[in-house]
Amino acid sequence: MTQEQTEPAVRARGVNKRFGSVQAVQDVDFTVSSGEIFGLVGPDGAGKTTIMRMLAGVLRPDTGDILVDRVDVASDPEQAKLHLSYMPQRFGLYEDLTVAENIFFYGELFAVPRDERIARSQELLEAAGLQAFRRRLAGQLSGGMKQKLGLVCALIHTPRVLLLDEPTTGVDPVSRRDFWAILYNLRESGVAIVLSTAYMDEAERCSRLALLHEGVIRHCDTPARLKQAMPGVLLAITSAHPRLLREALAGKPGILGILLMGDRVHVRVDDDLHRIPEMLELLAGQGVTQSDVTRTEPGIEDVFVALLGREEAV
Amino acid sequence: MNLRRCYALAFKETLQIWRDPRSLAVALLMPLMQMGLLGYGVSLDIKHVPLCVYDQENSQESRAVVNRFVSSGWFSISHNLDSQSAIRNAMDRGECSAAIIVPVNFSRTLAVDGSAPVQAIFDATDVNTTNIALGYTQGVIASANAQIEAKWAAAHGITPSRVGQVDLEPSTWFNETLDSRNFIIPGVVAVILALVGAQLTSLTVSREWERGTMEQLISTPVTSLEVMLGKLAPYFVIGLVDAAFCLASSIFWFKVPFRGSFLTLFVTTALFSVVVLGIGYLISVRIRSQLGASQIALLVTMLPTTLLSGYTFPIDQMPAIIRAISYIVYPRYYVTILRSIFLKGSGLSNLWAPVLGLLTYAVIILWLASRAFRKRLD
Repeated sequence: MTQEQTEPAVRARGVNKRFGSVQAVQDVDFTVSSGEIFGLVGPDGAGKTTIMRMLAGVLRPDTGDILVDRVDVASDPEQAKLHLSYMPQRFGLYEDLTVAENIFFYGELFAVPRDERIARSQELLEAAGLQAFRRRLAGQLSGGMKQKLGLVCALIHTPRVLLLDEPTTGVDPVSRRDFWAILYNLRESGVAIVLSTAYMDEAERCSRLALLHEGVIRHCDTPARLKQAMPGVLLAITSAHPRLLREALAGKPGILGILLMGDRVHVRVDDDLHRIPEMLELLAGQGVTQSDVTRTEPGIEDVFVALLGREEAV
Repeated sequence: MNLRRCYALAFKETLQIWRDPRSLAVALLMPLMQMGLLGYGVSLDIKHVPLCVYDQENSQESRAVVNRFVSSGWFSISHNLDSQSAIRNAMDRGECSAAIIVPVNFSRTLAVDGSAPVQAIFDATDVNTTNIALGYTQGVIASANAQIEAKWAAAHGITPSRVGQVDLEPSTWFNETLDSRNFIIPGVVAVILALVGAQLTSLTVSREWERGTMEQLISTPVTSLEVMLGKLAPYFVIGLVDAAFCLASSIFWFKVPFRGSFLTLFVTTALFSVVVLGIGYLISVRIRSQLGASQIALLVTMLPTTLLSGYTFPIDQMPAIIRAISYIVYPRYYVTILRSIFLKGSGLSNLWAPVLGLLTYAVIILWLASRAFRKRLD
């Protein structure tokens, strides 16, 4: 392999950003390779958008370097912008322009040759299921269609790095499926994708994840390895009174974490063989009914709570 | 700089203007409305000053004096009164702003003494009007005197001596009818274009911040110079259409004599448009809310333009410090240029000083505006 191929598409090193007295992003390091979907996961205010904006070259880090496609974003943002595409969290297209006009505009800003623009917009509109809406004003599209149009505009110049800030927030399931189909295709063609999300099911689809909390990356790995890193065993308990159940178990010996999941409760224990009988006894004593206790595979949400919870407990 | 990106921005901006017909209508009709308001409303000529007459004598001679006031065209009689207190009342009610009292023995005094007093009273709450009315009164009395003198001389068989007198023969150039409208209308055009121009562009960048389209725009390779040129281009066309409306209504509606060349008019108007649009753009880049930008644009253009452009208040009558400040009030150059083109028929060679003033302004404003736009959120 040549040096060029091994150099990651995105490299962030020691990135810090402070707004007033708030340290929004602290010592962030990560790399994203071509053909990878890198997910930034965390609650609101964790610093996802700030990191995205710094990668896109519209916000300057206080310290640290960011290389996008081997170009230093801080020192030469305009050069970096030729190779990247950024879709902000808030819909950034012109609502008083039609679908086709928005695509034309962004194509021209990136000086895409006419024939290429036509062919590519045809292909992208088809993939997004938007061909029928070419003449519709962007403001009259549904939330999901707007986001797909945003993606089409972002991809019209065939970027090597794609930055998506919570792209599927408020998007219907059908549009989300279209959206992800396009992202998988891009990954196949070697585009590096950085995506922030608050949806845990979406996080599972990423190649690698960075779990962000208060501006710090707490863990960064593939979803599978993050799950393995989670200590203890996860039990799913179905109950008619999940809240009572949580109260009954909270703080008891061997209970590492409890997470409400609708009508089920995910309980993480250090040793399932010993703890299950103990728990059942305890619940029976308190009169909390439960129908079923099974071992279950953790989702990213469990991992997130477990890993961050452990950090906080220390 | 990439012309293709400039063109794309201009095209996008034009579509947005076109899709917002109400704003477009305001942009095109507001100047015409303001032309009507200011063109008719602002006049320095005072005609038909309401005059109360208290003719105590009511003789042929006294009526002759009163008639002179009426026939001058400057006064019109609002009341014929019969007491001093009635005059006071009429003035209190604002029914007249001047009054003349011809005393009871006017014609006899005149015949015996050769001179007789006539009292004129003015409501001096409005100093400007009073000064002008006072001037008119003196003119009327002077011409009355001349006639009385001639009559008296003729009656006594004497030819009035003209020896040793200096006669002034005034000749008014460029505005022969001394119509203040001819002087004010070109100034009104300059004021309107200065206000409207800055308003037009004051929203163009702040709108992108407010609607959230800026974040995506600045993540593209577009440069700030391209953004400025692309955004100014469509408004430049609208600005020129506005100018054409205002200038055409000056010539064809208000009948201001136009003696210059249309080429000179076009070149200087285009230059002025660049300055005013550039100022609006500069404000728009700095203020991220549309309302704020529009308010600031109004504030920075309205007062200096109306007070210091010389369109009604003559700059050479101002104190030196204010005169110095007026040089940074760019509409003053265009006011001078328009008046010269309209009334004197001046060409560019005569107008080099104000044109140079505008050109300097245009260069500085565009330079500042092209640098002011930062492609960053912080």
